[in-house]
Amino acid sequence: MPVLVYTESDQGKFKKAALEVASYGKAVAEAMGTSLTALTFKVSDASELGNYGVDKVLNINSTNTFNAKIYADAIKQAAEKENATVVILSASADSRYLAPLVSVGLSAAYVPNVVATPSNLSPFTVKRTAFTNKAFCNTELSTAIKIIGVSNNSFGLIENKAAAHIEDFSPSLATSSTSVTSTDKASDKVTIADAEVVVSAGRGLKGPENWGMIEELADVLGAATACSKPVSDLGWRSHSEHVGQTGKPVAANLYIAIGISGAIQHLAGINSSKIKVVINTDPEAPFFKAADYGIVGDAFEVVPKLIEKLKVFKAQNA
Amino acid sequence: MKLLVCISHVPDTTSKINFTEGDTKFDTTGVQFVINPNDEFGLTRAMWFKEKQNATVDVISVGGAETEPTLRKALAIGADAAIRVNAEATDGHSVATYLAAAAKEGQYDLIIAGRESIDYNGGMVPGMLAAMLDANFVTNCISLEIDGTKATAIREIDGGKETISTVLPLVIGGQKGLVEESDLRIPNMRGIMMARKKPLTVIETATETSETHSVSFEKPAPRGAVKLVEADNIDELINLLHNEAKVI
Repeated sequence: MPVLVYTESDQGKFKKAALEVASYGKAVAEAMGTSLTALTFKVSDASELGNYGVDKVLNINSTNTFNAKIYADAIKQAAEKENATVVILSASADSRYLAPLVSVGLSAAYVPNVVATPSNLSPFTVKRTAFTNKAFCNTELSTAIKIIGVSNNSFGLIENKAAAHIEDFSPSLATSSTSVTSTDKASDKVTIADAEVVVSAGRGLKGPENWGMIEELADVLGAATACSKPVSDLGWRSHSEHVGQTGKPVAANLYIAIGISGAIQHLAGINSSKIKVVINTDPEAPFFKAADYGIVGDAFEVVPKLIEKLKVFKAQNA
Repeated sequence: MKLLVCISHVPDTTSKINFTEGDTKFDTTGVQFVINPNDEFGLTRAMWFKEKQNATVDVISVGGAETEPTLRKALAIGADAAIRVNAEATDGHSVATYLAAAAKEGQYDLIIAGRESIDYNGGMVPGMLAAMLDANFVTNCISLEIDGTKATAIREIDGGKETISTVLPLVIGGQKGLVEESDLRIPNMRGIMMARKKPLTVIETATETSETHSVSFEKPAPRGAVKLVEADNIDELINLLHNEAKVI
Protein backbone atom coordinates (compact mmCIF):
# COMPACT_ATOMS: atom_id res chain seq x y z
CA MET A 1 0.00 0.00 0.00
CA PRO A 2 2.31 2.70 -1.26
CA VAL A 3 2.31 6.43 -0.72
CA LEU A 4 1.07 8.48 -3.68
CA VAL A 5 2.38 11.99 -4.40
CA TYR A 6 0.97 14.38 -6.96
CA THR A 7 4.01 15.98 -8.58
CA GLU A 8 3.02 19.15 -10.43
CA SER A 9 4.74 20.29 -13.56
CA ASP A 10 4.60 23.36 -15.75
CA GLN A 11 5.31 22.84 -19.47
CA GLY A 12 6.68 19.39 -18.68
CA LYS A 13 9.13 20.69 -16.07
CA PHE A 14 8.67 19.81 -12.39
CA LYS A 15 7.92 22.62 -9.99
CA LYS A 16 10.15 22.89 -6.94
CA ALA A 17 7.11 22.07 -4.78
CA ALA A 18 6.75 18.78 -6.69
CA LEU A 19 10.28 17.72 -5.77
CA GLU A 20 9.58 18.75 -2.18
CA VAL A 21 6.42 16.58 -1.95
CA ALA A 22 8.40 13.69 -3.47
CA SER A 23 11.11 14.17 -0.79
CA TYR A 24 8.46 14.32 1.91
CA GLY A 25 6.59 11.34 0.44
CA LYS A 26 9.79 9.28 0.48
CA ALA A 27 10.23 9.98 4.21
CA VAL A 28 6.62 8.95 4.91
CA ALA A 29 6.92 5.81 2.74
CA GLU A 30 10.12 4.80 4.56
CA ALA A 31 8.46 5.28 7.95
CA MET A 32 5.55 3.10 6.75
CA GLY A 33 7.87 0.51 5.17
CA THR A 34 6.36 0.96 1.73
CA SER A 35 7.16 2.37 -1.71
CA LEU A 36 6.50 5.75 -3.32
CA THR A 37 4.44 6.35 -6.47
CA ALA A 38 4.14 9.74 -8.19
CA LEU A 39 1.36 10.91 -10.48
CA THR A 40 2.31 13.31 -13.28
CA PHE A 41 0.52 14.94 -16.18
CA LYS A 42 2.15 15.28 -19.59
CA VAL A 43 5.73 14.89 -18.48
CA SER A 44 7.89 13.45 -21.26
CA ASP A 45 10.81 12.64 -18.97
CA ALA A 46 9.90 11.99 -15.34
CA SER A 47 13.23 10.36 -14.46
CA GLU A 48 14.21 13.39 -12.34
CA LEU A 49 11.74 12.12 -9.71
CA GLY A 50 14.03 9.14 -9.17
CA ASN A 51 16.52 11.53 -7.57
CA TYR A 52 14.00 12.20 -4.81
CA GLY A 53 13.02 8.64 -3.93
CA VAL A 54 10.15 7.94 -6.34
CA ASP A 55 9.94 4.21 -7.15
CA LYS A 56 7.17 4.38 -9.73
CA VAL A 57 5.65 7.11 -11.90
CA LEU A 58 2.15 7.09 -13.37
CA ASN A 59 2.10 9.58 -16.24
CA ILE A 60 -1.15 10.74 -17.81
CA ASN A 61 -0.83 11.99 -21.37
CA SER A 62 -4.48 12.37 -22.32
CA THR A 63 -5.45 15.62 -20.62
CA ASN A 64 -4.41 19.11 -21.56
CA THR A 65 -4.81 22.17 -19.35
CA PHE A 66 -5.39 22.09 -15.62
CA ASN A 67 -8.98 21.41 -14.57
CA ALA A 68 -9.52 20.80 -10.85
CA LYS A 69 -12.37 18.32 -11.26
CA ILE A 70 -10.62 16.24 -13.93
CA TYR A 71 -7.24 16.29 -12.19
CA ALA A 72 -8.88 15.39 -8.86
CA ASP A 73 -10.58 12.44 -10.54
CA ALA A 74 -7.25 11.30 -11.97
CA ILE A 75 -5.58 11.47 -8.54
CA LYS A 76 -8.48 9.51 -7.03
CA GLN A 77 -8.16 6.80 -9.67
CA ALA A 78 -4.38 6.65 -9.29
CA ALA A 79 -4.80 6.21 -5.51
CA GLU A 80 -7.32 3.42 -6.11
CA LYS A 81 -5.12 1.70 -8.69
CA GLU A 82 -2.14 1.77 -6.33
CA ASN A 83 -4.17 1.00 -3.19
CA ALA A 84 -2.47 4.04 -1.69
CA THR A 85 -3.37 4.84 1.91
CA VAL A 86 -1.55 8.17 1.99
CA VAL A 87 -1.89 10.81 -0.75
CA ILE A 88 0.39 13.85 -0.61
CA LEU A 89 0.03 17.20 -2.39
CA SER A 90 1.82 20.54 -2.27
CA ALA A 91 0.49 23.93 -1.15
CA SER A 92 0.37 25.32 -4.70
CA ALA A 93 -2.78 27.12 -5.83
CA ASP A 94 -3.70 24.17 -8.06
CA SER A 95 -3.09 21.51 -5.39
CA ARG A 96 -5.11 23.43 -2.82
CA TYR A 97 -7.88 23.78 -5.41
CA LEU A 98 -8.19 20.08 -6.14
CA ALA A 99 -7.33 18.47 -2.77
CA PRO A 100 -10.82 18.93 -1.21
CA LEU A 101 -12.33 17.31 -4.32
CA VAL A 102 -9.99 14.31 -3.96
CA SER A 103 -10.87 14.16 -0.27
CA VAL A 104 -14.60 13.77 -0.99
CA GLY A 105 -13.89 11.37 -3.89
CA LEU A 106 -11.83 9.02 -1.71
CA SER A 107 -13.76 9.63 1.56
CA ALA A 108 -10.35 10.54 2.91
CA ALA A 109 -9.49 13.04 5.63
CA TYR A 110 -7.49 16.01 4.32
CA VAL A 111 -5.10 18.12 6.36
CA PRO A 112 -3.29 21.00 4.62
CA ASN A 113 -0.48 23.28 5.86
CA VAL A 114 1.47 20.34 7.27
CA VAL A 115 5.00 21.29 8.35
CA ALA A 116 6.60 17.97 9.37
CA THR A 117 6.45 14.23 8.69
CA PRO A 118 3.80 12.39 10.74
CA SER A 119 4.68 12.31 14.44
CA ASN A 120 2.76 9.06 14.75
CA LEU A 121 1.45 6.54 12.20
CA SER A 122 -1.25 5.05 14.46
CA PRO A 123 -3.23 7.14 15.12
CA PHE A 124 -1.93 9.01 12.06
CA THR A 125 -0.93 12.42 13.44
CA VAL A 126 0.56 15.44 11.71
CA LYS A 127 1.59 18.93 12.77
CA ARG A 128 0.00 21.76 10.78
CA THR A 129 -0.10 25.52 11.11
CA ALA A 130 -3.29 27.16 12.40
CA PHE A 131 -4.51 30.69 13.06
CA THR A 132 -2.50 31.86 10.06
CA ASN A 133 0.86 30.74 11.43
CA LYS A 134 0.23 32.14 14.89
CA ALA A 135 0.11 28.53 16.18
CA PHE A 136 0.52 24.87 15.30
CA CYS A 137 -2.11 22.18 15.67
CA ASN A 138 -1.37 18.46 16.07
CA THR A 139 -4.11 16.77 14.09
CA GLU A 140 -5.22 13.15 13.89
CA LEU A 141 -6.68 11.74 10.67
CA SER A 142 -9.18 8.97 11.33
CA THR A 143 -10.09 7.70 7.84
CA ALA A 144 -8.54 4.69 6.04
CA ILE A 145 -6.97 6.95 3.38
CA LYS A 146 -5.22 10.14 4.44
CA ILE A 147 -4.53 13.23 2.32
CA ILE A 148 -1.78 15.61 3.32
CA GLY A 149 -0.99 19.05 1.94
CA VAL A 150 2.65 19.93 2.65
CA SER A 151 3.47 23.58 3.39
CA ASN A 152 5.87 25.18 0.93
CA ASN A 153 9.51 25.09 1.94
CA SER A 154 8.79 23.21 5.20
CA PHE A 155 10.62 19.99 4.34
CA GLY A 156 13.08 20.92 1.61
CA LEU A 157 14.50 18.82 -1.20
CA ILE A 158 16.21 15.62 -0.10
CA GLU A 159 18.02 13.51 -2.66
CA ASN A 160 17.39 9.79 -2.55
CA LYS A 161 18.18 7.56 -5.54
CA ALA A 162 15.36 5.30 -6.68
CA ALA A 163 14.34 3.52 -9.88
CA ALA A 164 11.42 5.74 -10.94
CA HIS A 165 9.88 3.11 -13.18
CA ILE A 166 7.66 5.08 -15.57
CA GLU A 167 4.26 3.81 -16.67
CA ASP A 168 1.60 5.36 -18.89
CA PHE A 169 -1.70 5.73 -17.05
CA SER A 170 -4.90 6.29 -19.05
CA PRO A 171 -7.92 6.28 -16.77
CA SER A 172 -11.32 7.23 -18.13
CA LEU A 173 -11.70 10.71 -16.66
CA ALA A 174 -14.64 12.82 -15.53
CA THR A 175 -15.92 15.58 -17.79
CA SER A 176 -16.33 19.19 -16.69
CA SER A 177 -18.47 22.16 -17.70
CA THR A 178 -15.73 24.46 -16.41
CA SER A 179 -12.98 25.65 -18.73
CA VAL A 180 -10.14 28.15 -18.68
CA THR A 181 -10.65 30.79 -21.36
CA SER A 182 -7.46 32.79 -20.79
CA THR A 183 -4.38 32.85 -18.60
CA ASP A 184 -2.38 35.88 -17.62
CA LYS A 185 0.93 34.85 -16.12
CA ALA A 186 4.27 36.60 -16.00
CA SER A 187 6.65 33.87 -17.08
CA ASP A 188 9.85 35.72 -16.24
CA LYS A 189 8.95 36.51 -12.62
CA VAL A 190 9.62 34.40 -9.54
CA THR A 191 6.31 33.69 -7.78
CA ILE A 192 5.85 34.22 -4.04
CA ALA A 193 4.92 30.54 -3.72
CA ASP A 194 8.16 29.30 -5.30
CA ALA A 195 10.55 31.97 -4.07
CA GLU A 196 13.39 31.26 -1.67
CA VAL A 197 13.86 34.98 -1.13
CA VAL A 198 11.06 37.55 -0.96
CA VAL A 199 11.59 41.31 -0.98
CA SER A 200 8.57 43.11 0.44
CA ALA A 201 7.83 46.80 0.89
CA GLY A 202 5.25 48.91 2.68
CA ARG A 203 3.88 52.40 2.97
CA GLY A 204 7.32 53.62 4.03
CA LEU A 205 8.10 53.77 0.32
CA LYS A 206 5.73 56.74 -0.02
CA GLY A 207 4.37 55.87 -3.47
CA PRO A 208 4.23 53.27 -6.26
CA GLU A 209 6.77 55.26 -8.29
CA ASN A 210 9.46 54.25 -5.79
CA TRP A 211 9.21 50.49 -6.38
CA GLY A 212 12.02 50.49 -8.94
CA MET A 213 14.65 49.86 -6.28
CA ILE A 214 12.53 47.08 -4.71
CA GLU A 215 12.31 45.32 -8.05
CA GLU A 216 16.01 45.81 -8.63
CA LEU A 217 16.86 44.36 -5.21
CA ALA A 218 14.57 41.39 -5.93
CA ASP A 219 16.29 40.96 -9.27
CA VAL A 220 19.75 40.85 -7.73
CA LEU A 221 18.60 38.24 -5.20
CA GLY A 222 16.49 36.20 -7.63
CA ALA A 223 13.61 37.04 -5.34
CA ALA A 224 9.86 37.56 -5.64
CA THR A 225 8.37 40.95 -4.76
CA ALA A 226 5.59 41.37 -2.20
CA CYS A 227 3.90 44.15 -0.27
CA SER A 228 1.92 45.03 2.84
CA LYS A 229 -1.88 45.28 2.99
CA PRO A 230 -2.13 49.11 2.92
CA VAL A 231 0.02 49.16 -0.22
CA SER A 232 -2.33 46.77 -2.04
CA ASP A 233 -5.44 48.56 -0.67
CA LEU A 234 -4.06 51.86 -1.99
CA GLY A 235 -3.60 50.20 -5.37
CA TRP A 236 0.17 50.85 -5.44
CA ARG A 237 0.74 47.14 -6.07
CA SER A 238 -1.47 44.26 -7.21
CA HIS A 239 -3.49 42.29 -4.62
CA SER A 240 -1.56 39.21 -5.63
CA GLU A 241 1.49 40.67 -3.86
CA HIS A 242 -0.33 41.30 -0.56
CA VAL A 243 1.25 39.28 2.23
CA GLY A 244 -0.55 38.61 5.49
CA GLN A 245 -3.58 37.08 7.11
CA THR A 246 -6.02 38.00 4.34
CA GLY A 247 -3.34 37.87 1.68
CA LYS A 248 -0.66 35.30 0.95
CA PRO A 249 1.48 33.41 3.41
CA VAL A 250 5.23 33.51 2.76
CA ALA A 251 7.46 30.59 3.73
CA ALA A 252 10.72 31.81 2.23
CA ASN A 253 14.28 31.23 3.45
CA LEU A 254 14.81 34.98 3.54
CA TYR A 255 12.16 37.68 3.86
CA ILE A 256 13.29 41.29 3.58
CA ALA A 257 10.74 43.85 4.79
CA ILE A 258 11.34 47.43 3.75
CA GLY A 259 9.26 50.26 5.20
CA ILE A 260 6.75 47.83 6.74
CA SER A 261 5.89 48.52 10.37
CA GLY A 262 4.81 44.94 11.09
CA ALA A 263 1.09 44.75 11.90
CA ILE A 264 0.14 41.52 13.64
CA GLN A 265 -1.70 40.30 10.51
CA HIS A 266 1.39 40.85 8.37
CA LEU A 267 3.72 39.12 10.84
CA ALA A 268 1.35 36.13 10.97
CA GLY A 269 1.61 35.78 7.21
CA ILE A 270 5.41 35.57 7.24
CA ASN A 271 5.85 33.52 10.42
CA SER A 272 6.92 30.44 8.47
CA SER A 273 9.77 32.28 6.78
CA LYS A 274 13.14 31.30 8.18
CA ILE A 275 15.18 34.52 8.28
CA LYS A 276 13.58 37.95 8.43
CA VAL A 277 15.33 41.23 7.82
CA VAL A 278 13.70 44.56 8.52
CA ILE A 279 14.70 47.99 7.25
CA ASN A 280 12.69 50.78 8.84
CA THR A 281 13.25 54.37 9.99
CA ASP A 282 11.26 53.80 13.18
CA PRO A 283 13.21 51.79 15.80
CA GLU A 284 9.90 51.24 17.64
CA ALA A 285 8.28 49.49 14.66
CA PRO A 286 6.83 46.12 15.84
CA PHE A 287 8.68 44.38 13.01
CA PHE A 288 11.96 44.69 14.92
CA LYS A 289 10.54 42.31 17.55
CA ALA A 290 9.81 39.68 14.89
CA ALA A 291 12.98 40.00 12.82
CA ASP A 292 16.37 38.29 12.94
CA TYR A 293 18.34 41.22 11.53
CA GLY A 294 17.40 44.85 11.41
CA ILE A 295 18.63 48.18 10.13
CA VAL A 296 17.21 51.37 11.56
CA GLY A 297 17.50 53.65 8.59
CA ASP A 298 15.92 55.32 5.61
CA ALA A 299 15.02 52.84 2.87
CA PHE A 300 15.91 55.41 0.20
CA GLU A 301 19.51 55.43 1.48
CA VAL A 302 19.88 51.82 2.64
CA VAL A 303 18.31 49.95 -0.29
CA PRO A 304 20.46 51.46 -3.10
CA LYS A 305 23.58 50.72 -1.04
CA LEU A 306 22.37 47.18 -0.38
CA ILE A 307 21.79 46.62 -4.11
CA GLU A 308 25.28 47.87 -4.95
CA LYS A 309 26.99 45.74 -2.28
CA LEU A 310 24.94 42.65 -3.18
CA LYS A 311 25.93 43.00 -6.83
CA VAL A 312 29.58 42.92 -5.78
CA PHE A 313 28.92 39.99 -3.43
CA LYS A 314 27.07 38.04 -6.14
CA ALA A 315 29.86 38.67 -8.64
CA GLN A 316 32.45 37.35 -6.17
CA ASN A 317 30.38 34.32 -5.17
CA ALA A 318 29.01 33.41 -8.57
CA MET B 1 -31.16 33.68 -8.60
CA LYS B 2 -30.92 32.10 -5.16
CA LEU B 3 -27.66 32.77 -3.46
CA LEU B 4 -26.18 31.34 -0.29
CA VAL B 5 -23.21 32.92 1.47
CA CYS B 6 -21.32 30.74 3.96
CA ILE B 7 -20.12 32.67 6.99
CA SER B 8 -17.44 31.50 9.36
CA HIS B 9 -17.34 33.08 12.82
CA VAL B 10 -13.65 33.70 13.48
CA PRO B 11 -11.36 35.61 15.88
CA ASP B 12 -10.64 39.15 14.70
CA THR B 13 -7.33 39.42 12.82
CA THR B 14 -5.72 41.39 15.67
CA SER B 15 -6.47 38.63 18.22
CA LYS B 16 -3.73 37.23 20.41
CA ILE B 17 -3.91 33.46 20.07
CA ASN B 18 -3.80 31.46 23.31
CA PHE B 19 -4.92 28.00 24.37
CA THR B 20 -6.48 26.47 27.49
CA GLU B 21 -7.21 23.04 28.97
CA GLY B 22 -3.66 21.79 28.55
CA ASP B 23 -3.30 23.38 25.11
CA THR B 24 -6.24 21.44 23.70
CA LYS B 25 -8.74 24.31 23.27
CA PHE B 26 -8.60 27.78 21.76
CA ASP B 27 -8.92 30.38 24.52
CA THR B 28 -11.78 32.71 23.59
CA THR B 29 -11.24 34.98 26.62
CA GLY B 30 -11.22 38.59 25.46
CA VAL B 31 -11.39 37.58 21.80
CA GLN B 32 -13.62 39.54 19.42
CA PHE B 33 -15.31 37.42 16.79
CA VAL B 34 -16.03 38.72 13.30
CA ILE B 35 -17.25 37.56 9.90
CA ASN B 36 -14.29 35.76 8.33
CA PRO B 37 -12.70 38.42 6.06
CA ASN B 38 -12.72 36.14 2.98
CA ASP B 39 -16.44 35.50 3.56
CA GLU B 40 -17.12 39.23 3.94
CA PHE B 41 -15.72 39.91 0.46
CA GLY B 42 -18.15 37.25 -0.83
CA LEU B 43 -21.08 38.67 1.15
CA THR B 44 -20.41 42.12 -0.25
CA ARG B 45 -20.30 40.75 -3.80
CA ALA B 46 -23.60 38.96 -3.03
CA MET B 47 -25.14 42.35 -2.13
CA TRP B 48 -24.22 43.53 -5.61
CA PHE B 49 -26.04 40.53 -7.15
CA LYS B 50 -29.03 41.31 -4.92
CA GLU B 51 -29.16 44.97 -5.90
CA LYS B 52 -28.28 44.67 -9.60
CA GLN B 53 -29.59 41.21 -10.53
CA ASN B 54 -32.45 40.67 -8.08
CA ALA B 55 -30.80 37.77 -6.29
CA THR B 56 -32.11 36.64 -2.91
CA VAL B 57 -29.29 36.17 -0.45
CA ASP B 58 -29.30 33.75 2.47
CA VAL B 59 -26.39 33.43 4.86
CA ILE B 60 -25.47 30.28 6.76
CA SER B 61 -23.10 29.43 9.56
CA VAL B 62 -22.29 26.32 11.57
CA GLY B 63 -21.97 26.94 15.29
CA GLY B 64 -23.60 27.46 18.66
CA ALA B 65 -25.83 30.37 19.74
CA GLU B 66 -22.69 32.49 20.30
CA THR B 67 -22.29 32.81 16.52
CA GLU B 68 -25.67 34.52 16.06
CA PRO B 69 -24.35 38.10 16.42
CA THR B 70 -22.09 37.35 13.42
CA LEU B 71 -25.11 36.19 11.39
CA ARG B 72 -27.13 39.24 12.53
CA LYS B 73 -24.30 41.44 11.28
CA ALA B 74 -24.58 39.74 7.87
CA LEU B 75 -28.33 40.43 7.93
CA ALA B 76 -27.65 44.06 8.88
CA ILE B 77 -25.30 44.33 5.89
CA GLY B 78 -28.24 43.25 3.73
CA ALA B 79 -28.75 39.48 3.57
CA ASP B 80 -32.41 38.43 3.47
CA ALA B 81 -32.42 35.46 5.83
CA ALA B 82 -30.00 33.52 8.00
CA ILE B 83 -29.56 29.85 8.84
CA ARG B 84 -27.58 28.58 11.79
CA VAL B 85 -26.70 24.90 11.87
CA ASN B 86 -26.65 24.19 15.57
CA ALA B 87 -23.47 22.13 15.83
CA GLU B 88 -19.86 22.57 16.75
CA ALA B 89 -17.68 23.22 13.70
CA THR B 90 -15.27 20.38 14.46
CA ASP B 91 -13.54 20.06 11.10
CA GLY B 92 -13.85 21.03 7.45
CA HIS B 93 -15.52 17.80 6.43
CA SER B 94 -18.27 17.99 9.04
CA VAL B 95 -18.92 21.67 8.25
CA ALA B 96 -19.13 20.90 4.52
CA THR B 97 -21.53 18.02 5.23
CA TYR B 98 -23.86 20.27 7.25
CA LEU B 99 -23.71 23.01 4.62
CA ALA B 100 -24.38 20.53 1.81
CA ALA B 101 -27.52 19.25 3.53
CA ALA B 102 -28.86 22.79 3.99
CA ALA B 103 -27.85 23.81 0.47
CA LYS B 104 -29.69 20.84 -1.08
CA GLU B 105 -32.78 21.82 0.87
CA GLY B 106 -32.58 25.44 -0.35
CA GLN B 107 -31.81 24.65 -4.04
CA TYR B 108 -29.30 27.48 -4.42
CA ASP B 109 -27.93 28.52 -7.80
CA LEU B 110 -24.79 30.11 -6.41
CA ILE B 111 -22.95 29.49 -3.15
CA ILE B 112 -20.17 31.84 -2.11
CA ALA B 113 -17.80 30.89 0.70
CA GLY B 114 -14.43 32.36 1.63
CA ARG B 115 -11.28 30.84 0.14
CA GLU B 116 -10.33 29.86 3.68
CA SER B 117 -11.17 30.81 7.25
CA ILE B 118 -8.49 32.74 9.05
CA ASP B 119 -8.61 30.45 12.11
CA TYR B 120 -7.93 26.96 10.75
CA ASN B 121 -6.94 28.04 7.20
CA GLY B 122 -8.09 24.68 5.84
CA GLY B 123 -9.42 26.09 2.58
CA MET B 124 -11.37 22.87 2.13
CA VAL B 125 -15.01 23.66 2.89
CA PRO B 126 -15.95 25.26 -0.47
CA GLY B 127 -14.33 22.45 -2.49
CA MET B 128 -15.83 19.68 -0.38
CA LEU B 129 -19.22 21.37 -0.56
CA ALA B 130 -18.99 21.59 -4.36
CA ALA B 131 -18.00 17.92 -4.59
CA MET B 132 -20.84 16.86 -2.28
CA LEU B 133 -23.35 18.86 -4.34
CA ASP B 134 -21.77 17.91 -7.68
CA ALA B 135 -21.67 21.64 -8.48
CA ASN B 136 -19.00 23.53 -10.41
CA PHE B 137 -16.27 25.07 -8.31
CA VAL B 138 -13.80 27.96 -8.52
CA THR B 139 -11.59 28.94 -5.61
CA ASN B 140 -9.16 31.83 -5.00
CA CYS B 141 -11.81 33.75 -6.91
CA ILE B 142 -11.07 37.47 -7.43
CA SER B 143 -13.86 38.37 -9.87
CA LEU B 144 -17.29 36.91 -10.56
CA GLU B 145 -19.95 37.81 -13.12
CA ILE B 146 -23.21 35.92 -13.67
CA ASP B 147 -25.24 36.07 -16.87
CA GLY B 148 -28.31 33.81 -16.79
CA THR B 149 -26.92 30.38 -15.97
CA LYS B 150 -23.44 31.25 -17.24
CA ALA B 151 -20.65 32.43 -14.93
CA THR B 152 -17.30 34.03 -15.64
CA ALA B 153 -14.81 33.93 -12.81
CA ILE B 154 -11.18 34.97 -12.43
CA ARG B 155 -9.01 32.74 -10.29
CA GLU B 156 -5.69 33.75 -8.82
CA ILE B 157 -3.01 31.18 -9.69
CA ASP B 158 0.64 31.05 -8.65
CA GLY B 159 2.23 33.97 -10.48
CA GLY B 160 -0.85 35.26 -12.27
CA LYS B 161 -4.53 34.72 -12.91
CA GLU B 162 -6.84 32.83 -15.22
CA THR B 163 -10.33 33.47 -16.51
CA ILE B 164 -12.75 30.58 -16.13
CA SER B 165 -16.03 30.04 -17.90
CA THR B 166 -18.53 27.81 -16.13
CA VAL B 167 -22.25 27.32 -15.41
CA LEU B 168 -24.53 27.34 -12.38
CA PRO B 169 -24.95 25.70 -9.93
CA LEU B 170 -21.60 26.96 -8.76
CA VAL B 171 -19.62 27.12 -5.53
CA ILE B 172 -17.08 29.94 -5.15
CA GLY B 173 -14.13 30.21 -2.76
CA GLY B 174 -13.83 33.99 -2.61
CA GLN B 175 -11.16 36.41 -1.47
CA LYS B 176 -10.18 40.06 -1.74
CA GLY B 177 -10.66 41.17 -5.32
CA LEU B 178 -14.22 39.84 -5.48
CA VAL B 179 -14.82 43.33 -4.12
CA GLU B 180 -12.27 45.86 -2.89
CA GLU B 181 -11.59 46.59 0.76
CA SER B 182 -13.22 50.00 0.24
CA ASP B 183 -16.46 48.33 -0.95
CA LEU B 184 -17.00 46.58 2.39
CA ARG B 185 -20.11 47.84 4.19
CA ILE B 186 -20.50 48.89 7.78
CA PRO B 187 -24.09 48.18 8.88
CA ASN B 188 -26.09 51.38 9.52
CA MET B 189 -28.76 51.84 12.20
CA ARG B 190 -31.57 51.07 9.77
CA GLY B 191 -29.85 47.87 8.69
CA ILE B 192 -29.31 46.81 12.28
CA MET B 193 -32.98 47.48 13.16
CA MET B 194 -34.18 45.56 10.10
CA ALA B 195 -31.84 42.66 10.85
CA ARG B 196 -33.67 42.04 14.13
CA LYS B 197 -36.86 41.30 12.21
CA LYS B 198 -35.31 39.11 9.53
CA PRO B 199 -35.68 35.33 9.88
CA LEU B 200 -32.85 33.39 11.54
CA THR B 201 -33.64 29.70 11.32
CA VAL B 202 -31.85 27.22 13.54
CA ILE B 203 -31.36 23.73 12.09
CA GLU B 204 -30.66 20.81 14.39
CA THR B 205 -28.35 18.18 12.92
CA ALA B 206 -28.24 14.44 13.06
CA THR B 207 -24.75 13.02 12.89
CA GLU B 208 -21.34 14.53 13.26
CA THR B 209 -18.98 13.45 10.47
CA SER B 210 -15.53 14.78 11.29
CA GLU B 211 -12.59 12.96 9.78
CA THR B 212 -9.90 14.80 11.70
CA HIS B 213 -9.35 15.69 15.31
CA SER B 214 -7.30 18.56 16.73
CA VAL B 215 -5.34 16.86 19.48
CA SER B 216 -3.27 19.75 20.81
CA PHE B 217 -1.97 23.20 19.96
CA GLU B 218 1.48 24.74 20.20
CA LYS B 219 2.75 28.26 19.81
CA PRO B 220 5.89 28.97 17.79
CA ALA B 221 9.08 29.06 19.85
CA PRO B 222 9.89 32.58 21.05
CA ARG B 223 12.39 34.40 18.84
CA GLY B 224 15.77 35.64 19.89
CA ALA B 225 16.32 39.40 19.91
CA VAL B 226 16.89 41.14 16.60
CA LYS B 227 20.52 41.78 15.64
CA LEU B 228 20.80 45.41 14.66
CA VAL B 229 23.24 46.45 11.98
CA GLU B 230 24.27 50.09 11.45
CA ALA B 231 22.77 51.71 8.36
CA ASP B 232 26.25 52.51 7.01
CA ASN B 233 27.54 48.97 7.58
CA ILE B 234 25.78 47.04 4.82
CA ASP B 235 28.81 44.73 4.46
CA GLU B 236 28.07 43.41 7.93
CA LEU B 237 24.47 42.59 6.97
CA ILE B 238 25.65 40.71 3.88
CA ASN B 239 28.25 38.91 5.98
CA LEU B 240 25.59 37.83 8.53
CA LEU B 241 23.16 36.67 5.83
CA HIS B 242 25.91 34.72 4.07
CA ASN B 243 27.95 33.24 6.93
CA GLU B 244 25.58 33.13 9.89
CA ALA B 245 22.08 32.69 8.42
CA LYS B 246 23.41 31.04 5.23
CA VAL B 247 20.51 32.32 3.15
CA ILE B 248 22.46 34.12 0.41
